[in-house]
Amino acid sequence: MYGVGVAFQPSGASSSAGKSSKEKKRHDEDDEEEDDNEAKGVDAWERAYADERSWEDLQEDESGLLRPIDTKTLVHAQYRKRLLLRSSAGGSVVSRIQKGLIRYLYVVIDLSRAASETDYRPSRMAVVAKQAEAFIREFFDQNPLSHVGLISIKDGLAHRLTDIGGSPEAQIKALMGKLECSGEASLQNALELVHGYLSQIPSYGHREVLILYSALNTCDPGDIMETVQRCKKAKIRCSVIGLSAEVFICKHLCEETGGTYTVALNESHFKELLLEHAPPPPAIAEYAAANLIKMGFPQRGAEGVVSICSCHKEAKVGGGYTCPRCKVRVCELPTECRTCGLTLVSSPHLARSYHHLFPVAPFDEVPPHGRPGQRLPTACFGCQLSLVGQGVQPILRVSCPKCNQHFCLDCDIYIHESLHNCPGCESQRISAV
Amino acid sequence: MASAPSKLYQDDASLVVALLDTNPFFWAAASLPFSEFLQHVVPFINSLLLLNQLNRVVLIATGTSSCGYIFDSGEANSNANANANANALCSGIIKKLEDFVGKDSKIAKGPNGNGDATRPAISSLLSGSLSLALCYIQRIFRSGARHPQPRILCIQGSPDGPEQYVAVMNSIFSAQRSMVPIDSCIVGTQHSAFLQQASYITGGVYMKPQQLDGLFQYLAAVFATDLHSRNFLRLPKPVGVDFRASCFCHKKTIDLGYVCSVCLSIFCKYHKKCSTCGSEFNQGTVDSTTREQKR
Ligand SMILES: [Zn+2]
Ligand SMILES: [Zn+2]
Ligand SMILES: [Zn+2]
Ligand SMILES: [Zn+2]
Ligand SMILES: [Zn+2]
Ligand SMILES: [Zn+2]
Repeated sequence: MYGVGVAFQPSGASSSAGKSSKEKKRHDEDDEEEDDNEAKGVDAWERAYADERSWEDLQEDESGLLRPIDTKTLVHAQYRKRLLLRSSAGGSVVSRIQKGLIRYLYVVIDLSRAASETDYRPSRMAVVAKQAEAFIREFFDQNPLSHVGLISIKDGLAHRLTDIGGSPEAQIKALMGKLECSGEASLQNALELVHGYLSQIPSYGHREVLILYSALNTCDPGDIMETVQRCKKAKIRCSVIGLSAEVFICKHLCEETGGTYTVALNESHFKELLLEHAPPPPAIAEYAAANLIKMGFPQRGAEGVVSICSCHKEAKVGGGYTCPRCKVRVCELPTECRTCGLTLVSSPHLARSYHHLFPVAPFDEVPPHGRPGQRLPTACFGCQLSLVGQGVQPILRVSCPKCNQHFCLDCDIYIHESLHNCPGCESQRISAV
Repeated sequence: MASAPSKLYQDDASLVVALLDTNPFFWAAASLPFSEFLQHVVPFINSLLLLNQLNRVVLIATGTSSCGYIFDSGEANSNANANANANALCSGIIKKLEDFVGKDSKIAKGPNGNGDATRPAISSLLSGSLSLALCYIQRIFRSGARHPQPRILCIQGSPDGPEQYVAVMNSIFSAQRSMVPIDSCIVGTQHSAFLQQASYITGGVYMKPQQLDGLFQYLAAVFATDLHSRNFLRLPKPVGVDFRASCFCHKKTIDLGYVCSVCLSIFCKYHKKCSTCGSEFNQGTVDSTTREQKR
C-alpha cells in the first residue's frame, strides 16, 4: 500500500501477461491484432520492437547524436515543473491554505469500444484500470476524509460500479471485476447519473467528476449542452483525461465547470496526469459552503473486552472504537456512526491532510559553482550524500529558501512529495513571533 | 509517489538510525545523568555493530536548537575504527556528542549570548531528527536492492513540543509509506503521545523502562533484534494509544468537537470564523469578496 508496492511492468512484459489474463475478450483481441499484423506484413521480430517502443528511450543531444535519455535529470526536471506549477497555482497566502479537503469524487471509466484500442499496451482499458487502481490508493492517502465512487460507460449507457465510499479496497475490487468493453460511449448519460448521486451529498463537500475518456465521440440521447449547464449549476467540477485526442465537448465541459482537460500522450504521461488529481484542488468558496462539521474522536477500546460492533453485527474481542455520543462500537475509522450519524475520525486522519495547508516551499536551484566567494556545503543536509563531484561535472543541488541548507536532488523530491517537512527548517528553532 | 525501490532485504542485516535526545534542560533535571546515559547507549550501539557484520548504525542528535549527524558506521574510516578498537569508537562518539551539545547551546543563546533566554525551550527538535533519519533511509533505499533493513530508534526524554505536531505527523506518515518502523524508548517521566502514535502507526515498539539504571538491558533485549527475528519474540504491546484530538483553540483533549470543512482544523466549540484559514461559517449567502477570489 501507499505507493510502495505498485509494480511497474515494462510494456514488453505486460503484453504477454495480458494473454494469460482470465478475460476471454482480450484473447480475441490479441488474436485479431496478430491477424492484422500479418496482413500488413509485419514480422515477429519487427513486432518485438514495436511492443517495446525502444526508440522512446532515446533523445538527441546538441550535436544531433542519439543518446539514452538521462532519466534522473529528466525526472527531476519534470518534478520541478510540477512543483512550481502547484505552488504558483496557490497564489496568495489565503487561497493557498483553502483547499477542498472533503471531496466527493466519481471516477468515470470509459469502457466503450474505443477502450479496446491497443495504442497503449496491452490496451487502453488495461492501462486505465492499472493506473486507476494506483490513483485510488494515492487519493485516499492524500484525502483521508474523502469519498470515491466508480462509474463505467459502455453500450451507450452509464452504470454505477460502486457506491460512493471511503474504502479503497472495495473500489478497486469492484473495478477489477468489471473489465470488459463494448459499444458506444455516452458522456451525457454518465453526467446525468453522476449529477443524480452528487446532488445528495452534504453542502460542505466538494463535488467532482473525473472522466477517463477513450472515445473520440459521444452518443447521447438528448442535448448534452443542457447537461453541462446542469452540472455547472450543481457545482460539480468536471475534469477529463483523454487517451486519444482533444474532443471539443470534453473541453467545453471542463471549461464550463471549472475542471481541467488534458490528453495523455503515453502511459507514463497518463499516470502523471491522473496523479495530478490526487492532491485536493483549491477550494472555490462558491463550490462548497464552509461549515463546521461536528465530529467524534473515539478512543481505541481496551484489549480483551467483548462487544458487538454496529458495522458487522458481530461480537468481537478487543480493539475497535466507541462512538463518544451513543457509545456504539465500530471496527474502523473513519466512518459514520450507524446509530447516531456522527462522523467518527481519529486525529491522525485529520493530520494526514495538514501538509496541504502548510506545504514546503519549492527549493531553489544552486548555480553549479555557487556565487563567488561562497563556500558550498560538501554534503546534502538531509542524507549526507557527498555533493562534491568526482570530475569536472559538479553535482546538481538545491537549497531551501528559508533555512539555506543544501540538498541533493533525490532528497528534494522526497521532501516535497512524501515527507512534507524541510529537515533544515525543522532542525532549527524558529523564535516565537 | 517517491516510492522506494523493490524491497529485497537481507533478512537480518539492520540499519538502525538512533535519535538521541540531548536536551540539556531535560538532562539537568533527569534522575540519570547524561554521561551515565551514554554509558548505556554507546555500548548498545557497539553491540548492534557486533551482532552482525552487515549491521549499520547511524546516530543523530536531537538538540533544542539544532539536529545533527554524530556517527555513521557505514563511512569508511569509522568502520575501520570499529573493527580495530571498540574503545576508540566509544570515545569518538562521546567526543562528537559533547561538541554537538556545546554548539547546540551556543545556537540557543544566539550571537549576542542572550537569544531566547526568556523562553527556555523545554522540548527538543524531534521533527528535525526524524526528518533527517528519513532522508538518510531514502538514500539507503536508492542504493540498490541489497541494503540493510532500516528502522528508527528514538531515545527521547523531553516532553513533546506541540508546535511540532504537524511536522512530526508528516514524518510518521512518510515512515509508514516507506514501511520504516519507528521504535521509541522513553527515558523521561511522561509518556510521549507523539511517539506512541509514531510507533503504533509504523508498527514499531514503544517502551518506557521502569528502571533507568538498567537501560542497557532494556535496549539490548527489546531494540537490538532485527525486524525478522521480532516475529518470534514477545515484545511489549502498546498499552493503548490516545487518538483523541486536541482542539486548536485551547490545546484541550476532546472526544467530540467541530472540524472546519475547509482546512480540517479542530475546535472544541462552535465558532463563526475559522482561525486557521479564515473561512466564515455562514452557509447562506456568498459575498462578493469570495466571488472575486475564484479566478
Ligand atoms: Zn464491525
Ligand atoms: Zn453514535
Ligand atoms: Zn540528500
Ligand atoms: Zn528549510
Ligand atoms: Zn478549544
Ligand atoms: Zn479552516
